[in-house]
Amino acid sequence: MKNAIVLIVLAVVLAGLVALPWVAPYFYIFLGTEVLILGLFAASFNLVFGYSGMLSFGHAAFYGIGAYATALILLHLEWPFLACLVVAMGAGALLALVIGFLSVRLDEVYFAMLTLAFGMMVFAVAHQWRSVTNGSDGIAGFMLGDFAPGIDWSLGDPAVYYHVVLGVVVVAAAVLYLICRSSFGLILRAIRQNPERVSFCGLDVRRYRLAAFTVAGAFAGLSGALMAPFLRVASPEMLHWSMSAEPVLMSILGGTGYFLGPFFGAAVFVLLESWITGFTDAWMLVLGVMLALMVMFFRRGVLGTLLDWVQGNHD
Amino acid sequence: MTAFFTALLNSLDIGLLLFVIAVGLNIVFGVLNVINFAHGALYMIGAYLGFSLIAMLGWPFWAALIVAPLGVAALAVVLDRLVLRFIYGREITDSLLLTFALLLVLNESVRMIWGSGIHVVEPPALLAGTLELPGGVLYPVYNLFVIGVGLTMLAGLWALFNRSRVGRIMRAASLDPDMAKALGINTRLVVTGAFAFGAWLAAVGGVVAAPMRAIDPGMGDKIIIESFIVVVIGGLGSFPGALIGALVLGAIHAFGGRYFPEVNMVLPFIGMALVLLVKPNGLMGKGAA
Repeated sequence: MKNAIVLIVLAVVLAGLVALPWVAPYFYIFLGTEVLILGLFAASFNLVFGYSGMLSFGHAAFYGIGAYATALILLHLEWPFLACLVVAMGAGALLALVIGFLSVRLDEVYFAMLTLAFGMMVFAVAHQWRSVTNGSDGIAGFMLGDFAPGIDWSLGDPAVYYHVVLGVVVVAAAVLYLICRSSFGLILRAIRQNPERVSFCGLDVRRYRLAAFTVAGAFAGLSGALMAPFLRVASPEMLHWSMSAEPVLMSILGGTGYFLGPFFGAAVFVLLESWITGFTDAWMLVLGVMLALMVMFFRRGVLGTLLDWVQGNHD
Repeated sequence: MTAFFTALLNSLDIGLLLFVIAVGLNIVFGVLNVINFAHGALYMIGAYLGFSLIAMLGWPFWAALIVAPLGVAALAVVLDRLVLRFIYGREITDSLLLTFALLLVLNESVRMIWGSGIHVVEPPALLAGTLELPGGVLYPVYNLFVIGVGLTMLAGLWALFNRSRVGRIMRAASLDPDMAKALGINTRLVVTGAFAFGAWLAAVGGVVAAPMRAIDPGMGDKIIIESFIVVVIGGLGSFPGALIGALVLGAIHAFGGRYFPEVNMVLPFIGMALVLLVKPNGLMGKGAA
């Protein structure tokens, strides 16, 4: 019964998302695209945070490298978009493998510090390696061509691009969901709750954490690859630690204990951002205050608090 | 040879300044068991407060050096009482998240109050200009002053932790808070005090750094990453580790900047990665992972 309700709600939301370009004003196509991409970014972060219990403050590194990979390929090689997505995932995974290898060795305090530090290293490289990254201006002026070899969907049209993003994000979310539900995902959750015990069961905790971090890096890279053509630029700001703060807040806003929490959080986040930046440019201040209040008082997130309340009313 | 000697002095002034800041991070970690992600922001606020007192109110540098860090320490007490007390005793992740949120708020507040531009503070007249050292090396007097401040702080902190009652209480509270409480120590006060003291150290670093470096809203980010590299190289929570880590990073900057300018920016991270691979707990860290 409960599952049926969840499925129906999901189907309605999905149908609404598909129909959005035909029913909503133009502006909402852009908001919708942003929500979907950032939702995937946040969901990839939550695989590390909510499922594996590791707080990363450097997730933007993988998102950013995906964006840069896509921008560079579109600018210099003019490959089909699908190829860019694959390369961006690979780049995100590879970078996460290297950073993760150095960061999962010790406890969560070290992990948080090291991910932030290495993330800022990537930012510094993008900022100063001007011959490749074009420094603080970032890479712009690239064009979207075919989606796949021989398949031209005219990706430049925002409504078409929205549908492509929707398709990619739904597929990616489904894969992430299967990963979370697999025995691998169960072990990650066990590690979050009690790493010593998992270790005593004969599993290599460090290797599982590294695997989760690498998978998350791949999906963050994918979200960055979707974002670069949307923003028409890959810039160092996409690698900055303040970008890493966004999936943290989205996951906590939505609720880290739910697979769809980060997507829900991304929607709340983007709507709030477009509303608040209308009358103040101190968006980061608002973001920080919200994060502090959520951590202090609503640790289970909006979705979690809402569901608790609904269930409390029914039981 | 002159270049080598200058780089050596440079590593000392960069390193000792970093030590003052990173040791504050370490003290807060020791007592609160939390890494204060806003530590760099407190350093930055120290520098900006110093700038306001000196350049806008016309105070002498020395007065600003005393007053600005005290102001930042007072801010830390307010933050502790207003925000951090909610998460004492909760999971460590929550406290990391909260100090990270503080970093966002403080950074943006600095941008709102002082703007995004770059500010400059002139060194006091007494410390302006250069000095000719034996061997014909010309070196800025102010950088020698920074080395002096660093050494004084080093001696003072060592005496504080090893020779004074307050220092012993702080060490006791970090080793075993329950036992310290049972012995009649007001651990609440120690926690707030340690947080304020860490902020004070960061702000002293900020005011001292102000005449040497440009003051801009990105300076806090830079210094928090540097402090992380210092404590990872030296070993989190270790006092001698903070000194060694800071001197190593100072040397990387001074010699790297002179001899490998193209890759200077990634050298600190390569150094940190090497330490992590060989000694994951840092050069002075205890025990295994």
